[in-house]
Amino acid sequence: MDRSKIKPKHLIFATACLIVFLLTGSASVVIGFVFLFGTPMFFMNELPPYATIGERVWQYVYLTICTLIFVFLISPILIIIPLSFNAEPYFSFTEGMINFDPAAYSLRWYEDILTNGMQNPLATGAAWWSDMWENAQWILATRNSFFIAFVATVLATSLGTLAALGLSRPEMPYRSAITSLLISPMIVPLVITATGMFFFYSDIGLAKTYTGVILAHTTLGIPFVIITVTATLSGFDRSLIRASQNMGANGWTTFYKVIMPLILPGMISGALFAFITSMDEVVAVIFIADVEQRTIPRQMFSGIREQISPTILAVASILVAISIVLLTTIELLRRRSEKLRGLSQA
Amino acid sequence: MTDVAFKDQMNEAGELLTADGVPLKQKLAITTRRARMRALLLTAPLIIFLVVSFVIPIGQMLFRSVYNAAGSNVLPNFAVSIQDWDEQGLPTEQMFEDFVKDMQLARKNRITGKTVGNLATRVNYEIPGTRSLFTKSSRKLSKVTEGPYKEALIKIDKKWNDPGLWIALKRVTKDITPYFYLAALDYKYDEKGDIVAADELYQIYVSNFWKTLRLSATITFITILLAYPVSYLLSTLPLRTSNMLMILVLLPFWTSLLVRTTAWIAILQTEGMANDILVFIGIIGDDNRVQMIYNQTGTIIAMVHILLPFMILPLFSVMKTIPPSYMRAARSMGATPFTAFRRIYLPQTLPGLAAGTLLVFILAIGFYITPALVGGEDGLLISNLIAYHIQKSLNWSLGAALGTILLIIVLVLYWLYNKLVGIDKLSFG
Repeated sequence: MDRSKIKPKHLIFATACLIVFLLTGSASVVIGFVFLFGTPMFFMNELPPYATIGERVWQYVYLTICTLIFVFLISPILIIIPLSFNAEPYFSFTEGMINFDPAAYSLRWYEDILTNGMQNPLATGAAWWSDMWENAQWILATRNSFFIAFVATVLATSLGTLAALGLSRPEMPYRSAITSLLISPMIVPLVITATGMFFFYSDIGLAKTYTGVILAHTTLGIPFVIITVTATLSGFDRSLIRASQNMGANGWTTFYKVIMPLILPGMISGALFAFITSMDEVVAVIFIADVEQRTIPRQMFSGIREQISPTILAVASILVAISIVLLTTIELLRRRSEKLRGLSQA
Repeated sequence: MTDVAFKDQMNEAGELLTADGVPLKQKLAITTRRARMRALLLTAPLIIFLVVSFVIPIGQMLFRSVYNAAGSNVLPNFAVSIQDWDEQGLPTEQMFEDFVKDMQLARKNRITGKTVGNLATRVNYEIPGTRSLFTKSSRKLSKVTEGPYKEALIKIDKKWNDPGLWIALKRVTKDITPYFYLAALDYKYDEKGDIVAADELYQIYVSNFWKTLRLSATITFITILLAYPVSYLLSTLPLRTSNMLMILVLLPFWTSLLVRTTAWIAILQTEGMANDILVFIGIIGDDNRVQMIYNQTGTIIAMVHILLPFMILPLFSVMKTIPPSYMRAARSMGATPFTAFRRIYLPQTLPGLAAGTLLVFILAIGFYITPALVGGEDGLLISNLIAYHIQKSLNWSLGAALGTILLIIVLVLYWLYNKLVGIDKLSFG
């Protein structure tokens, strides 16, 4: 079929664009219009020749609705990135930003991430760097976040993988009851978990300590490790274990040489889930942690509540960049795991 | 034949034996039990960890909803003697004496949880407006050194002559109390100690539960409406295209909750993008911009955005497995597109729909952060009320009672999810 042929729908669309331009006289509106209503046309597949006009119109409407939903999903995340370069202390686009005036953009909020809380932001050289490392609020929060998330991830991944190995054994007793228990930290409302931990950790002296926060975040990360590792193990060929034992390998050798390489993708994506859960968690931190254990989300939470400034948008943009990296990693791992287990079509 | 072949491997009873002479059946039972124990041992460290860091803390919190020892901590002797009172007239002189002496001791006490203030707060929950009576009386009681204590107390304040107060005190000095559940369900004790509905002004908890359920249902319904067409599109497109579009679903899923909430504040505020666009198109004037945030609308929009991936992912994984030929077959047999959808396609997507609906609803009723940031006053959910009682009003027992009710609702839904969908079907991406 000749794809380049001009069809009636193209003419209708071009006329619509022209009308919009004549009505508003603004080029950016036409670009928006083309994006919003042209995308569905791009995805429309060839309907059979007997399809009625009603069906054609319905398909177009349906695809337009889908485009709008995708815009709804992604636009909040993309919008904050240009907003974080705002030269003014506002949360919205200024006149200059819309006209792409370079003076309307600045890096001042990114600078603020580094300097906010510093004792002497005007110092130079090594003094500036050590001052930033020791005193800048967001830097301290970042250090806390990474430290807590790292320890919690290691704990959650090791305990979770071990348990997932047990759960996936065919002879595991009370499997569904135990799985429900291990997944429940994800289901129980965070306020209830955090309240319970607040009371209990206060009693045993763990409230307002790093240990307390780490234990809480480990608990919240465990369900993700269990889910991803058991999913990887569900396609696991158990005869490999017997083969390995048959050849004289003991339990540990079997685990390190046979099981672990195969479930490693699942373990890593579980670990990444646990890591991001901890990096994003704020309710438990609000209840359990003290100022000393402030994390990035905690800092953002109070920032939004108390003195809203575009610095939060700058932090948010950096976090979006991190989640893009993590998403790519997870996707690559998933493909590798499918390939290892022979599930992939490729 | 076989009987003869294995004759030397059997015992007198005719059971098969293994090489070391143990009946095969018994040996198998031992091996199976060992294998089960090994599997259980692998999960043991995590189970122990969760019991300590998760189950015990929550259990302890639940206990707090029925246990409040403020009364008996402050009035240890009175707490014992008042229980013999028949609630007719006023308590006996002996009980008054215990009360006064306990109060005098408590006044000197500085240990947290055992001061007159703690008692006053506890009684004040049940009879609002009695706080000052306790602090005032405590001050004046220090001068009372000898009986009759009943007259001395009534001389300080006439309210001590009210049997209703003593009935409340008898109730308060019992450590196990159903009071906080009554309060959480908008009930209270009247002067005679009977359970009645709370004053209308104080009936806020049941309506808040209903509001939480209603908002969660609305949010779930909107996510279904938005997720269904998108999941269908993703499941019918060629793999390459659908993988690309899936990024648009997974990126929000991977982005921090606070980042997304912040983004919605930027978009929905009165000077934000959404209003700018509406003004530009001409739907509203520049001077009457719509308040879309710090109210229920803000909570709904932000939460729909945050929970949408949890609906799309299970729907998508179910829709992917439905062969498109079924719909074509229905159409070729004369079904209209709508009938074919209703009778053929929709029933096949029900498992995914059930999974997504339950998951989104369960997550929605426990939401705390987003309502706290964009909900303003009327967009708050029950979680926010619980946090308020734990952090601000410090009525921990009431917070625990509200939390228990919320937990029961969630656990019932979780059980239902397990029954209908199976917890092992849960997956991400």
